[in-house]
Amino acid sequence: MHQKTIAELAAGLRAGDFSSEELTRHLLDRISGLDGKLNSVITLTEQQALAAARAADRRLQEGDAGPLTGIPFLHKDIFCTRGVRTSCGSRMLDNFEAPYDATVTEKLAAAGAVMLGKTNMDEFAMGSSNETSFYGPVKNPWDLERVPGGSSGGSASAVAARLAPAATGTDTGGSIRQPAALCGITGIKPTYGRVSRWGMIAFASSLDQAGPMTRTAEDAALMLAAMAGFDERDSTCIDRPVDDYSASLGSALNGLKIGLPKEYFGEGLDASVGAAVEAAIDEFRKLGAEVKGISLPNTSLAVPAYYVVAPAECSSNLSRFDGVRFGYRCENPKDLEDLYVRSRGEGFGAEVKRRIMVGTYALSAGYYDAYYLKAQQVRQLIRDDFVKAFEDVDVIMGPTSPTPAFRLGEKADDPVTMYLSDIYTIAVNLAGLPGMSIPAGFVDGLPVGLQLIGNYFDESRLLNAAHQYQQVTDWHTRVPEEFK
Amino acid sequence: MALDTEAVSKIAYLARLGVDESEYDTYARNLSDILAFVEQLNAVDTEGVLPLAHPLDEKQRLREDKVTEADQRELFQKIAPRTEAGLYLVPKVIE
Amino acid sequence: MEWEAVIGLEIHAQLATRSKIFSGASTAYGAEPNTQACAVDLGLPGVLPVLNAEAVRMAAKFGLATHATVAKRSVFARKNYFYPDLPKGYQISQYELPIVLSGYIDIDVDDEGSKRIGITRAHLEEDAGKSLHEDFHGETGIDLNRAGTPLLEIVSEPDLRSAKEAVAYMKKIHALVRYLEICDGNMQEGSFRCDANISVRPRGQEAFGTRTEVKNINSFRFVERAINYEIERQIDILEGGGEIVQETRLYDADKNETRPMRSKEEANDYRYFPDPDLLPLELDDAFIEDVRASLPELPDAKRDRFMEQYGLSHYDAGVLTASRELAVYFEATVEASGGEGKLSANWVMGELSGLLNKEGKDITESPVTPDQLGGMLKRIQDGTISGKIAKQVFEAIWNGEGDADAVIEKKGLKQITDPAAIEKIINEVLDKNPRQVEQYRGGQEKLFGFFVGQVMKATQGKANPGEVNKLLKKLLNP
Repeated sequence: MHQKTIAELAAGLRAGDFSSEELTRHLLDRISGLDGKLNSVITLTEQQALAAARAADRRLQEGDAGPLTGIPFLHKDIFCTRGVRTSCGSRMLDNFEAPYDATVTEKLAAAGAVMLGKTNMDEFAMGSSNETSFYGPVKNPWDLERVPGGSSGGSASAVAARLAPAATGTDTGGSIRQPAALCGITGIKPTYGRVSRWGMIAFASSLDQAGPMTRTAEDAALMLAAMAGFDERDSTCIDRPVDDYSASLGSALNGLKIGLPKEYFGEGLDASVGAAVEAAIDEFRKLGAEVKGISLPNTSLAVPAYYVVAPAECSSNLSRFDGVRFGYRCENPKDLEDLYVRSRGEGFGAEVKRRIMVGTYALSAGYYDAYYLKAQQVRQLIRDDFVKAFEDVDVIMGPTSPTPAFRLGEKADDPVTMYLSDIYTIAVNLAGLPGMSIPAGFVDGLPVGLQLIGNYFDESRLLNAAHQYQQVTDWHTRVPEEFK
Repeated sequence: MALDTEAVSKIAYLARLGVDESEYDTYARNLSDILAFVEQLNAVDTEGVLPLAHPLDEKQRLREDKVTEADQRELFQKIAPRTEAGLYLVPKVIE
Repeated sequence: MEWEAVIGLEIHAQLATRSKIFSGASTAYGAEPNTQACAVDLGLPGVLPVLNAEAVRMAAKFGLATHATVAKRSVFARKNYFYPDLPKGYQISQYELPIVLSGYIDIDVDDEGSKRIGITRAHLEEDAGKSLHEDFHGETGIDLNRAGTPLLEIVSEPDLRSAKEAVAYMKKIHALVRYLEICDGNMQEGSFRCDANISVRPRGQEAFGTRTEVKNINSFRFVERAINYEIERQIDILEGGGEIVQETRLYDADKNETRPMRSKEEANDYRYFPDPDLLPLELDDAFIEDVRASLPELPDAKRDRFMEQYGLSHYDAGVLTASRELAVYFEATVEASGGEGKLSANWVMGELSGLLNKEGKDITESPVTPDQLGGMLKRIQDGTISGKIAKQVFEAIWNGEGDADAVIEKKGLKQITDPAAIEKIINEVLDKNPRQVEQYRGGQEKLFGFFVGQVMKATQGKANPGEVNKLLKKLLNP
């Protein structure tokens, strides 16, 4: 059962081959038995899952089922879940039982999906390896000594290990796509504003977006359709009808114009990763697509711009964590300053503190123009690059990550090196465009991801292209040996 | 931009972050590296370029002036570290 | 050395919306602590702000009413600092691009005439919660009901030159926001708060002196005293050769002094940046014109109209338009009296205001309605009662004894106008006072008043004075 995709499971549930309760129990057992190796789950919500599964079974019996009714999934621990711990991978929220549900949580529940538990993640979504979590690092199921990527490392690892057919993730600089690539699964970050951020603990407000992490594009389409949509509680959420992503999966790709940015295939890209990506692009040629070279001249500025904007926004977003109304509070504060300084000092990990300090510095008197304002101007340039490129091409492709999964601890001491893992993904967030990663091969037994970048609200086209590719390749069906 | 431990101390205070003295050097080094890295931005000519604060060219939506929230004090204070008589308590603040 | 004070006022007016500026929680005053603080107001992880349309309209109204520019595009910015009554660790405010820019308002200060005071800007922001320092041993209690209430921060140009001018400006703004119905102006409840920026410089000097900020003054009287104290304090220091420290000070009403506030923040580096959870606020012409069309008649326009329509003096019209409620009362009285503008003005500003003040009542609490007052004025006009008797009638109406006609009837206060009746009484008086008659006829014209007095006494004041005068003259001078 755990080898099946959402589409296959949905068919099985409707046919009565098995019940959602059986499926849920199976996966809960699997998680209990195998997650010790991965550490991908922070909180398992057994009782709640079984209750939801039983309710789903009733709906299935009544013939009142949708595509996700009874389908189990794992939920990144960044989404508020009422009555359930929502830790954001941090000691600061280790004791935080959210008093309300995030919109994404509500929507998936309304669709009948069954939440198995909350997944591990880099602390406050800050990281590219899931090594900064208060709950310990997550392992890559393809090689337990390597990182799964981050910040949605727990979600990626769990889906790759077939602990669940789907998981939710969030992506601020690549946090869905990069772990999807490193773990050999499919992940999509939709256009900024496509999915509501209400109840999604904020890291960098103008960059954060939620999205599904699955094994196939077909499954991602099903999940995204349920997650997306207007929400009046989020001022940055766009009021625009959600496309029927599943309906357009089958379209042929003849004439699809694919652009390959020369800046994505230059220095810093591992040669084997490059070769795998080239091979993947050849498949698209065979499917009828036209491939041409393009340029995104300001690519090299994306990571530095991001590392001003994101820390600046998060330094402000994280000020609410002060030990007063919820979350971690230090023992016996001697005065107000002590309460703040120690609660935050003890509650936050080192990477979070680093980013808060960079952000505070970038916004501080005398530095605002030089850093923050400058970065926002560069952001405009980066966006303009993409807008111009999309005048000539429909989809932009390239590697998701410059290297396959690296070893645990390998980059942990050098923040800047770690930051460069996101070199191909970050610009997409700065521009607010949709981006996707799909499995495209292996290098030394480690997965390689192909990134697809689309124009604003063009998720259908990305999912369609990915789906067609997955019809003629089988990278997305590979399972790590230990988790078969 | 190189930061020394005094700068680290000032920034940490602005952000109310407890940093152990023994860690100051590491933070100073890491922060300096990061700032040196982002300095690249200064090499770019951005004369006349409008800063992009939002990827979308949308404008702010307005909400009708209606009371839609009920009293949920009990629910919210269940997760609070320290309350009394419906108030959140902090160490005494002197004005 | 002659010194000149330079004063600017920052007024925070709580906008009278039903719900908060960024959430749907209620803004009603006086609720149990934290019962009106929803998830957004508490700054829980994952919450987001959505802007209240009415707060925007109210700000636009203020801009239009002060001849200001209502910005077609304004931006919300975060003001970052740590304080327990500020749940998110930042206040959503407006910084570089506020919603209202460059307005003015004209004030009248006794002996000075009219003076134009510039309004630099007005912007929208959210209020913080409240701290309660008593009752909790060594701890402070935080109530976040007020957190998120919309505020309009109104900043004046440093055009004020005295405490009196400052008070006049503050009163004018206070009346205006109440006229516009955007703020209830209740200073005790904190819906209208004022901070003053004060500096002094030698008269003739162009450069400003170092200024201090005096915070949270919550009455007109305190504003005047606080500013005067601070001006004196600064002059004393400068004349003694010292320097003014730029700082924030609190006014102590009991001791009538200002003292430095213990700093909330050592270095006030607020690290302003545009709030990424909110998009730029864009207002089109249609919106602004719609707001303009909804403006009531403004105080100055109403004052000018009263002067013309009712023939009132600038001063009287000013008093009657000081509050919208008073102006409404006055006009209703004029209507009920059959158009007696000046008479109504005299009575509203005189007897009515006198009794209201004595009993500490506001015009809205007047036991005498405009209809009742107007009705009584009609009776003065048609001669049923004299102006003097009317005072008795008025008091009776005030005390709930009924309308003018009922009181007049019950107490038999009708004016005696019949010439024959008056003549009879006059003759009785003359008969009773032959010596004075002789003296009068002998040349002591001053005694005329004595006879008038006697006639009035004999008629319990009800004789029509005009008739009395006429007939008395006739009978005394055959």
